[in-house]
Amino acid sequence: MLSAVRRNTELGLLVLGTLVTVGAYLLASLAEDASIPAGIGPFLAVILGLQLVAHLAVRRLAPDADGTLLPIAGLLNGLGYVFIVRLDESKADPKGLAGLQAGWIAVGVVAFVLTLLIVRRVRDLERYRWTIGLVGVVLLLLPLVPGVGKTINGAKIWVGLGPISFQPGEFAKILLALFFSSYLVEKRELLAVSSHRIGPIPLPDPKHLGPVLLAWGVSLVVMVAEKDLGSSLLFFALFVALLWVSTERATYLVVGLALFACGAVFAHSQFTHVQERVDIWLDPWQDPKDDGFQIVESAFAFSAGGVTGTGINLGSPTRIPYAETDFIFAAIGEELGLVGASAVLLAFMLIIGAGLRIAIRTEVPFERLLATGLTVLIGVQSFIIMAGVIRVLPLTGVTLPFVSYGGSSLIANYVLLALLLRISDDTAGRELERAR
Amino acid sequence: MTRQIRLLGIGLMLCFLVLFVQLNRITVFQAAELNDNPNNTREILRDFSQPRGSVTTADGVVIADSVPSNDRFELQRRYPEGPLFAGITGYYSFSLGSAGVEKTYNDELAGRSLDLSFQSLSDLFVDKERVGNLVLTVRADLQRIAAQQLGDREGSVVALDPRTGAILAMVSFPSYDPNSLASHDTAAAAEVATALDADPNKPRLYRAYQDRFFPGSTFKVVTATAGLTSGAVTRDQPVYPTTNTYTAPGTNRPLRNFGGSTCGGALFEVLKVSCNTAFAQMGVETGPDAMVGTAEAFGFNKDVPIDLTKPARSNFPTDFERNLPALAQSAIGQNDVAATPLQMAMVAGAVANDGRVMKPHVMAEVQDTDGNVVDTYDPEVWTTAMDPGTAALMREAMQGVVDGGTASRLAVPGFTVGGKTGTAQLGTDPPRSHAWIIGWAAPPGEAPSIAVAVIIEGQEGASEQTGGRVAAPIAQALLQAYLTTP
Repeated sequence: MLSAVRRNTELGLLVLGTLVTVGAYLLASLAEDASIPAGIGPFLAVILGLQLVAHLAVRRLAPDADGTLLPIAGLLNGLGYVFIVRLDESKADPKGLAGLQAGWIAVGVVAFVLTLLIVRRVRDLERYRWTIGLVGVVLLLLPLVPGVGKTINGAKIWVGLGPISFQPGEFAKILLALFFSSYLVEKRELLAVSSHRIGPIPLPDPKHLGPVLLAWGVSLVVMVAEKDLGSSLLFFALFVALLWVSTERATYLVVGLALFACGAVFAHSQFTHVQERVDIWLDPWQDPKDDGFQIVESAFAFSAGGVTGTGINLGSPTRIPYAETDFIFAAIGEELGLVGASAVLLAFMLIIGAGLRIAIRTEVPFERLLATGLTVLIGVQSFIIMAGVIRVLPLTGVTLPFVSYGGSSLIANYVLLALLLRISDDTAGRELERAR
Repeated sequence: MTRQIRLLGIGLMLCFLVLFVQLNRITVFQAAELNDNPNNTREILRDFSQPRGSVTTADGVVIADSVPSNDRFELQRRYPEGPLFAGITGYYSFSLGSAGVEKTYNDELAGRSLDLSFQSLSDLFVDKERVGNLVLTVRADLQRIAAQQLGDREGSVVALDPRTGAILAMVSFPSYDPNSLASHDTAAAAEVATALDADPNKPRLYRAYQDRFFPGSTFKVVTATAGLTSGAVTRDQPVYPTTNTYTAPGTNRPLRNFGGSTCGGALFEVLKVSCNTAFAQMGVETGPDAMVGTAEAFGFNKDVPIDLTKPARSNFPTDFERNLPALAQSAIGQNDVAATPLQMAMVAGAVANDGRVMKPHVMAEVQDTDGNVVDTYDPEVWTTAMDPGTAALMREAMQGVVDGGTASRLAVPGFTVGGKTGTAQLGTDPPRSHAWIIGWAAPPGEAPSIAVAVIIEGQEGASEQTGGRVAAPIAQALLQAYLTTP
């Protein structure tokens, strides 16, 4: 029963989301100076078909899973796709992102289905936690290996294997969430007991704190060596959140934030690229044509959009450098206005809500921590990039999950989504078992 | 764990709430400020691919319009008359911004002004270009005559209707071709702009209203008005001593007449021959306050409310407290006195229009695409330079300068013409000067309907005759054409 209700809800929502995507595409094509060629239509059909494939896979492989996550992700993905194509096609030298992103979505959906297919029970992954943790750290640090790592746009977060470049950090974040969850499930009681004190702060046995400090160190290394502030912030937020949730000790939250503050102050005092970001954040108007250009143009995009936006294809978001990746939120803000940007905010809030609901529903601590961690990843990542774009936080270049252009991010987020659905399905299955 | 997860959820929601608040700030509350930010060129980009109205002269010559282009903007702005109207149309350039009426009437041309938006409900359903076409007060025939007469001499010609402030012709040489700045090839446009800015003659500075010069003896009209207004001077009194030098209080250095000549007499007589010694003495006797007051009543030291971009402000010094020699110099248009040719045309215009200086303007009306007039320029008084009685007396005095004085070449047979020449000395080795003429003309028995100012810059020689010989014929041709062709 439950499975039928949930799957039909999912299908209904998918259809609704599809209508929005198709509508956005039609608007883009109908605009006076339409830049989207008619040939993109088939790509769009493929993308919508892929969402149907994902839905059918869930029907078959995780029939009792939450029915809202996939449609919301699909909506964000579809909307992002229309914007990526629209941005690329109105550039002087289109890079054919329409086909590329369609390809990445296909790979993402395949990864989604494979994850559901291979990971039949998330608890099975607990067994491989040290392997997973090791692979996660290796992936994270891989861009620093000479010969393999590549620096693109100032950030050393790429790895090149032959013709393919990818960002291993996007995958590392999921592996690390898995590792942290399983590690903390085992150690949370030990970590919750305080055997030492530093002043008024109770601390657990130092030997259990090792991995905690290791994670802190790794995130600092990422920030400093890879110049990737966003990912560093993301890992740290993930880790502190999981530590706090698992031990139920607010001390960790406080200490975590204090450590973060120290790290931030240290980085700001030592590294010019951090100082630049902070200076631009504080006053982008000092150098609106150069350093502050991106953030200033982003503000102009939102103000040009106003409440209802200029309409798709009727604004000029291509003025913003990297509008199809880091700044896609500004493009949406310009052409869909406050209304459209708020809809994107709401979509992410719904994902967070659904993710945490999955976490609370499950009675298995590992699943609970993992669902929390995965939700934190998607929630914090979307928050820090949108906050950077609208100058709530200093800009840290990460992708907007499901919306921005980029293969690594898209594939990783589809895997993340599949894991959340798997947990949801398991939980519902067990509940049904008990009810019977 | 459940409690922490709930708290975590609340925390994340709060983070998103902050984003929502900031979104509202930048899309709504700060939107107007951000849209007007000088670094924001989105609006011009948007306007660039939109239809844009034409600019036409009073006699129907199209001087700016848009034609289809096969590039990303779809429309190319075109100036069929090239450099002739550069100072009035300005340019509409993607990379260099805009100037002239292209800037001041941008909303009307782009169809954004309220009057053009929706005139009837049916307009909502009919897909038509909603732009404004601008009709100017400037006449192409007068503009051509002015340019032709000026030739390749550096200088400016301004003619206006003193009753309304409508600009009839306004020409400067050198000028520039707005087509080259409006080019969609931004690199080429930037190159042209750089070359123009590097040119020592500054062709992009439209001297007629954007640059200032010593007005020389044409300023004596202002000095005479100040004297009459303050009561220090009447038609007959004082009679200035016939001499060749005047030494102001507080100095030993005498001020001399041109070529050491001797002159003197009452107001009409000294204006007729442009007597330096007499006007220097008149300025000193009228006193700093009355001189500054009258100069400012003509528009000096004020921002000119013209509907064009970057008009220069004419200058009359105000710190004469213990410096009467400077006042004596200023009274004959030297020292730090600096005026735009437009300002000097308005000086003549004030005398012609019973003392009232009208707001100068080039816009006559805005029409919609069907030719309906949606906006007209309502003439307004800008400043009052003198009372009508003083103006009548000054007209008589200026008529005398044409009838038997230095401005005799300004005469148009059958019409009433008044004028004043000027030769503003720039240096004595070699002697160089700006040759000036200002004047007005009236059909018999009617109020004057045109006022002019002409300056030819940096002429060789410094004789008082220069203005009358070099500048007057240009002004005369303009008066003649205006008075005899409707």
